[in-house]
Amino acid sequence: MSAPVTEAELQAWVDGQLAPSRRAAVDGYLELHPAEAARLHAYREHNIALRARYNPVLDEPVPAALTQVRHRLSARWRAQSLRAAAMLALTLAGGAAGWLARDAATPTPDAADLQAAALPRSAALAHAVYTPEVRHPVEVGADQQAHLVAWLSKRLGAPLKPPQLQAQGYALEGGRLLPGRSGPVAQLMYRDAGGARLTLYVSTEQTHSRETGFRFAQEGNVGVFYWIDGQFGYALSASLDKPALAALANAVYAQLQPAS
Amino acid sequence: MHDSERLIACLPRLRRYARALLGGRAGADDLVQDTVERGWDKLASWRRGGDMRAWLFGIMHNLHVDQQRRPALATEPLDEEWSQALPDGAGDAAAGRLALRDMDSALRRLPPEQRAVLLLVALEEMRYDEVAAALDIPLGTVMSRLSRGRERLRLLMEGQPLPSPLKVIK
Repeated sequence: MSAPVTEAELQAWVDGQLAPSRRAAVDGYLELHPAEAARLHAYREHNIALRARYNPVLDEPVPAALTQVRHRLSARWRAQSLRAAAMLALTLAGGAAGWLARDAATPTPDAADLQAAALPRSAALAHAVYTPEVRHPVEVGADQQAHLVAWLSKRLGAPLKPPQLQAQGYALEGGRLLPGRSGPVAQLMYRDAGGARLTLYVSTEQTHSRETGFRFAQEGNVGVFYWIDGQFGYALSASLDKPALAALANAVYAQLQPAS
Repeated sequence: MHDSERLIACLPRLRRYARALLGGRAGADDLVQDTVERGWDKLASWRRGGDMRAWLFGIMHNLHVDQQRRPALATEPLDEEWSQALPDGAGDAAAGRLALRDMDSALRRLPPEQRAVLLLVALEEMRYDEVAAALDIPLGTVMSRLSRGRERLRLLMEGQPLPSPLKVIK
């Protein structure tokens, strides 16, 4: 004599989630109760009707707002794979060279270089995700600048003062906190009179602390100038050509120097 | 697979669910966009190795619940939301007379919490325990919402008067 059939088991029967050991008991119950069988068959038809009605959404092109992010991301992943391959080739070449001429001063890409390479990638990605935003591009607006500075500095664990770029035609819109590789990173957003956006990505995760000069990376239509200063990694991203972005990067760098 | 790729791969399913949940295309895609943003922000908090799909559906569910709580809803045109807020029976009697047989309309006339469970089970084909985890509710609640939602949907599709929400469905 098996246990009585429960409503939960009847639901599971509809969805094909019934334990095989209970299958016979439920089938027997439904044979004796045709009204219940009719009810469950109606539920199965609902499942079929719902899928028929909404499954076509799966094949629809993803709309512009999401596609934009999606395309930029795809481009980024291709760039990322290429860079990873290039980096591996460099590492192997460097390793081989080091092995063949151990005393020769051949600079080999090491952990610090790999970490530095991750910086523009993350910055460009964050730029691509948030700059198309109309409704909430930032978490804290520039109108609450004192709060923004205190909040980001506290979360980063290091003082962060947003550079002023009015002279270059960019007003601070605000900032947000993002997940980095091992903790929070900050993104400050600026906007010019025409609505074009510029983001400054600030990470405090450069554990291999090595200063670098300016470096430039192009990710799709996003240009990134980045540099590392002690624990800080900075990356300035915008859809601008290299000379225009370099001028802005210089202005940012000049303002950050006295603070650090 | 990269985490971001995994997130993007969930987009079509998030859109399908949002469309069924909200009925309209515009509102549904707004909800997906909010979900992706929130997911992006919280990607670090997502336990690697966990089920990203369930995690994202959980985020979407919470955003949807928050949206429903906004007072802005009160200013929307008189429709299903309004009739659901009516004393029990008033909106249901009208629905019975109108004999709503259309799946979209019937779905929209389900209480949101029943609709969410039914769609995760029927459309997403989630296991009941996955639904419980995504919505952060006990398994027993999943089962009772599923049972009541289905019966309500059946009556709506058949154009029958609806029972009081307080009545136990046998």
